[in-house]
Amino acid sequence: MPTTNEQIRTTAKKLLEEKTVDCVIGYKKGTVPMREQPFFAYTPEQADELIWSGFCTNNLANFLIGRKDKVAVIAQGCVSRNIVGLIQEKQIRRDQVYIIGLHSPGMLDHWKIQARFPNKRIDQVVEEDDQILVKGPGLEEQVPRKDVRRDNCLTCVQRNPVIYDQLIGEPGQETGGGNIDKVAAPWEQLSSDERWQKFEQSFKDCIRCYACRDACPLCYCNECFVDESHPQWCGKTQEEADVFTFHILRAFHCAGRCTDCGACESACPVGIKMRRLTSKIEKDIRDMYGYQAGMDMEATPPLSVYQPNDPEDFMLK
Amino acid sequence: MKNPYIPYPVKLTKVEVATEDKSLRNFEMEFLNPDHAKEFKYLPGQFAELSIAGYGESPIGIASSPTEGDRLLFTVSKAGVVTTKLHNMEVDDVMGVRGPLGNWYPLESMEGKDIVIIAGGYAVTTLRSTMLWLMDPENRKKYGDITFIYGARTPGMLLYRDEMAEWAKRSDINCHITIDKEVPGWEGLVGFVPTITEQVAPKPDNAVSLICGPPVMIKFTQPVLDKLGWQGDQIIMSLENRMKCGIGICGRCNVGPYYVCKDGPVFTKAQLDELPKEY
Amino acid sequence: MSDKILSKTEIGSFLDKIKADYQIHAPVQKDLELVWAPIDQAEELVWEFSNTDLSPKSYFFPQTESLMHFKNNSQDPEGLIMKEESPLEKPRALLNIRPCDAKAFQVLDKVFCRDEKSLDVYWKDKRDKTLLIGLACNNPCPTCFCTSMNCGPHHEEGLDILLTDLGDRLLVHSVTDKGQALTANLSKAGQEDINEASRNKEQAEASITSQVKMDNINSRNVLELYEHPVWDQVHESCINCGTCTYFCPTCHCFDIQDETQGDFGRRVRNWDTCMSWLFTHHTSGHNPRGTKKDRVRQRFMHKFKYMPIKLEGAVGCVGCGRCTRKCPVNIDVREVVSSMNS
Repeated sequence: MPTTNEQIRTTAKKLLEEKTVDCVIGYKKGTVPMREQPFFAYTPEQADELIWSGFCTNNLANFLIGRKDKVAVIAQGCVSRNIVGLIQEKQIRRDQVYIIGLHSPGMLDHWKIQARFPNKRIDQVVEEDDQILVKGPGLEEQVPRKDVRRDNCLTCVQRNPVIYDQLIGEPGQETGGGNIDKVAAPWEQLSSDERWQKFEQSFKDCIRCYACRDACPLCYCNECFVDESHPQWCGKTQEEADVFTFHILRAFHCAGRCTDCGACESACPVGIKMRRLTSKIEKDIRDMYGYQAGMDMEATPPLSVYQPNDPEDFMLK
Repeated sequence: MKNPYIPYPVKLTKVEVATEDKSLRNFEMEFLNPDHAKEFKYLPGQFAELSIAGYGESPIGIASSPTEGDRLLFTVSKAGVVTTKLHNMEVDDVMGVRGPLGNWYPLESMEGKDIVIIAGGYAVTTLRSTMLWLMDPENRKKYGDITFIYGARTPGMLLYRDEMAEWAKRSDINCHITIDKEVPGWEGLVGFVPTITEQVAPKPDNAVSLICGPPVMIKFTQPVLDKLGWQGDQIIMSLENRMKCGIGICGRCNVGPYYVCKDGPVFTKAQLDELPKEY
Repeated sequence: MSDKILSKTEIGSFLDKIKADYQIHAPVQKDLELVWAPIDQAEELVWEFSNTDLSPKSYFFPQTESLMHFKNNSQDPEGLIMKEESPLEKPRALLNIRPCDAKAFQVLDKVFCRDEKSLDVYWKDKRDKTLLIGLACNNPCPTCFCTSMNCGPHHEEGLDILLTDLGDRLLVHSVTDKGQALTANLSKAGQEDINEASRNKEQAEASITSQVKMDNINSRNVLELYEHPVWDQVHESCINCGTCTYFCPTCHCFDIQDETQGDFGRRVRNWDTCMSWLFTHHTSGHNPRGTKKDRVRQRFMHKFKYMPIKLEGAVGCVGCGRCTRKCPVNIDVREVVSSMNS
């Protein structure tokens, strides 16, 4: 029974040899622990470097935008939903993408793993079914995989790809096990003042690197609102008002489009949990419109369309 | 330790619309503190950051010549936040000037040579500074022939038109002012700058050329000069790039290892040929 | 200047001596992270660590810094005229700074204090008022490659004092007169202590497995490197965020902006990154580095080719490895530079 890696490589090689696609977008082994490298294989030889692991924590749909060639992309549930979204938003064409779908094992969170071994250097993490083996100088310990999965993967509602040209492996359990409504918006229970406090605490370390925005497949504007100068919507400093403005506005720009893929939190170099904002917004979208982004190519995203009988009493006198 | 980020306070002494489409204005300004005027020693080719408190700064070539006195002249195109605000300002308004910044045209090493100045559009500003400096009686005798070729889209887009009409009357300058297409009432040259340059056919022997203009003008003028035999180290150009600090620290205006604000904006073509075209 | 020895039980009194003239800052453990913070007691110090995530460059070059302020009122006689901010009040000591971070400041001195015309008074003021007491690395991490970047785990350049951890005691080596003055009253180190520190140094240097060669980068000219095929490949996975830039101890680019609120106005500078499309965008719409490939190429060319050309050979990298550890798409600077060199 060929491993997932082997299956991915065989598939990629065939696509490249037969020139079905010009490039296969996947991952190759990272040079640091707990992170793999997005990789662009243009030749069958390069396809041999493709791998798949619990540290494939980016969203590869992000790399489809602006491409002029025909590409294949490795896509698990959330990534395939983002591909649907990008096609709906006319950022890519369906015929440009060959989707190699596979069931997501649930990604791992390097912050959670490190938190189990404070002050210890981790040099390697080996995935072994439902355990992971963490190694470093003076360190070799097993940890249950389920304890260090990325937050969004715990409440995932779509681990199988919603769209694909070819499926690697078998479809698996659809959900991550957690209740996305209960777990995804933990601040909902708090009072307004408490929420603001939590918000301040969570976002104060932000260094405006925009890794969250740049890792996100939804953020593809040629001129992001933070770069506009007339008018200038958001200041460029690291002071609270500017940091908070950026995060709140970006979260709203993702409303009705976010698939909760978690790439933002994996990309953030200082460990900010910006999904606190988007997961609440998406919960509201589910409650108000019964809609989840990217599940259905034919569906119309509620915030992109209007009906003539939409309520308007909140904005007209 | 002088703080290179603090601008000198100045006030506007003259504001006038410079072109028929009103996109350019001439601003003359004087230092509020006469000591600052003494500190601000500049040479043609340099620029300054025009500072408007609350809006920001804009790097603009100095159009006045040091031979004209302590007041500074800038010709500014309305483009973004700062320049739009500047276009709405009036005589006696206070603002700031930071500089002089950058290097200057190598006037000393040009002594004894013929000078050919080729300018297009509103890039002529620092070349006005150069021309006035060259025409100053103290300086004129140090140089050979001076040829001045300048073109704009229409007569109404020519900058410093009245001044140039006076230059054209001088016997010690060869002035060739041109417009792109025929316009009734215009009796001067008609043709793009590269075409006029080809007609004038300036010889490269013991000569230096200062070229400043939009990329398309440079692109078509260069082959004309190549054919006439001009070498890269005889052709002097002035670049522009987005700037902030103006003193080679903030890192953004570089062309290869060199900062346009500090190692430039004046470069020879020979230097630029060795560098990436990131300008 | 002879080396001294300081027992870890005596650190408190050593700190007291420093505290008389300097406010002490050091890496301390805060939740999961090691961050730079003011300290008061020896107990707060950490001795076993690799390095802080964010470099200490904020001490000289804060992410957000007001350069000047003004009265935003044209009717006021002083209105719209810029006033400089006040200099740093109290001198500081950065204790347990790693040699790579200290060396980075030496490199940045060449940028911020280039010559009379390009003298950044804000940087210089803070630099002059800060003492650097380094802690040598006995256990460099796998991503370190300082020895390839004119630096090393026990490198002294840029430090006033270099401490080497010998377990229960520290070897105290003064590099500058300032350092010498501070350590004058400590006991002289024995030859055994000095030898042990020497062995630590050798072992640490030998343990650095990442070797990054730059010989071809140095000999090739700018345009040759500019056209190297590596850029086509490395730019694809880059997402053009600012992570590498902001964590890097030698990155120095910044943006300047004016801000006003009512009658108050200021001109503020903020860290900026050449990874941003806006970095080089002309108001006319023209962008000399309009593609991702241009921008990714710029960062590496700047640090490994342009800076050595401009700054008498100083490389814009000290091999600390932060960019590689933090990059969201695992772009490895060692791989890129080795490719540039190939």
